Amino acid sequence: MIQVEGLIKDYGARRALHSISFDAKQGEIVGFLGPNGAGKTTTMRILTGYMPPTDGTATVAGYDVVEESIEVRRRVGYLPETVPLYPDMTAVEYLKFMADLRGIPQSKERAYETLEHVNLQDRANSYIGNFSKGMRQRVGLAQALIHRPEVLILDEPTIGLDPAQVVEMRNVIKEIGKDRTVLLSTHILSEAQNMCDRVLIINKGSIVAEDTPENLQSRLVGSQRVVLRVRGDTDGLSETVKKVKGTRSVEAKPDETIEFEFSSGQDVRPQVAKAVVQAGYELIEMRPIGLSLEEIFLELTRDNTPVKKVSRG
Amino acid sequence: MRNIWTIAKREYDYYFITPIAYVVAFVLLGILGAYFAFIIVYFTQNSFQLNGNTPSMSDIAGLFAFLMVLAIPILTMRLVAEENRMGTIELLLTAPIKDFELIMGKWLGSFLFMLTLILVTLAYPIILNSLIDPHIDWGILASTYLGLILVAASLLSIGVGISAIFSNQIAALMGTFGVGLFLWWLVGIPANLITSTAGDIFQYLTMNGHVTSLIDGKINLSDISYFLSLIALGLFTGTTAVEMRRWR
Repeated sequence: MIQVEGLIKDYGARRALHSISFDAKQGEIVGFLGPNGAGKTTTMRILTGYMPPTDGTATVAGYDVVEESIEVRRRVGYLPETVPLYPDMTAVEYLKFMADLRGIPQSKERAYETLEHVNLQDRANSYIGNFSKGMRQRVGLAQALIHRPEVLILDEPTIGLDPAQVVEMRNVIKEIGKDRTVLLSTHILSEAQNMCDRVLIINKGSIVAEDTPENLQSRLVGSQRVVLRVRGDTDGLSETVKKVKGTRSVEAKPDETIEFEFSSGQDVRPQVAKAVVQAGYELIEMRPIGLSLEEIFLELTRDNTPVKKVSRG
Repeated sequence: MRNIWTIAKREYDYYFITPIAYVVAFVLLGILGAYFAFIIVYFTQNSFQLNGNTPSMSDIAGLFAFLMVLAIPILTMRLVAEENRMGTIELLLTAPIKDFELIMGKWLGSFLFMLTLILVTLAYPIILNSLIDPHIDWGILASTYLGLILVAASLLSIGVGISAIFSNQIAALMGTFGVGLFLWWLVGIPANLITSTAGDIFQYLTMNGHVTSLIDGKINLSDISYFLSLIALGLFTGTTAVEMRRWR
């Protein structure tokens, strides 16, 4: 659905994108992860036909973003980082205007319908100027959805929302992403981990890693560490764990828990659980404490990091 | 075409929800109304005959045209500059409309608003017609209004073009105001000083002269083409400014 080949963008003398390439398939939610100023918004603006690239090609739904810009724009829904709203319009007037611009027949009905999608139907006739940040964000999303686009490009869709609104927004996007291609950018890692089928980590205008959130994690860390907790007495527990084949560096912690490691790709947790239970302990918790995506991210975007180790493959 | 209309309708409606448009309309129509009343009173005292003259619409139309030089920058300053400032331009530039359609729509919306005001002033000749004998020459009146409409259309086009360059409304206001005054008045000064071909060119560039001949009922192709050129220039400037914003 989205295909990007060697995209370069210069702002004057400053190069914002250093030949980035990636693709996104239909029905995929792809996360664009990177610190501020990494080139996420620039890439999105090129894909939406807002600005042309300096070099390289990009096609969306089979249309070139430069040569067939209008066709691309017909098929893309875009939520920019600063949600572009007219405060003097009501939600439904605004969406009707957007629907008219896109040549949708019965634009008013479509506007109401789309407001329902984002759960704003009861505020349809309120002025956008009086909306809260979360509601504005939802109107912005509704605008991006008004023409039922094949591709959705969302620039920081959850920024500035409170935790409840973030959860709600994520659910809406996940729902949409079931049958559409979604490219979203974020600098919040848990979000990428949570919502995306695939994550592209971008830093200083280059893609430094690309994989599923899970794989990114296991590729960077060779092993996974697990913490284990039982009810009551822990005497002899570490010996029990050690005996299970594949466990390494078993440690009894002062807080009555046991930590152990195993190699990625060789998950011994079921065996450990079985052994512990068979030895008569009451197992109450077993949870991974491996590197979070956050740590990977910091690792990758730190200066002088040998990124080759986790480059695309 | 449909895209142009969608944008134009939005802008036209917007004028009716902002106080600034009402203030502009009120001041414009107020000044013209007062001036019209003075003329009527003045001529009434002289039994509608003054040195063999009857009152005509040309005085009022001349004043109206000049007032447009002052008022139109206020109506156009917002049009694109505000979109640039608020970031809503990103919405319009990623919608499936051409840059030219955007500018054309903005211009058309403001033009329809000015046209509404111009049509309101038709009350004056209708009143005047009932007071004077011989009655108003409707042919001359049509030419007068054609002149007013062309002045409005070209000043609005320049205003939209300049508004597209800036993301600050005041900059757009002063820019349009400056160009308007330059065309109306300043460019005429060298025309009076130079008597060569250059002087003729300056003379041609002066808006004042073209309006005056239309108001007096003389429809020349050169006058019409002058205004059409200004309209084209404004729309071209606006479209180019939007395109350059993309390339930045």
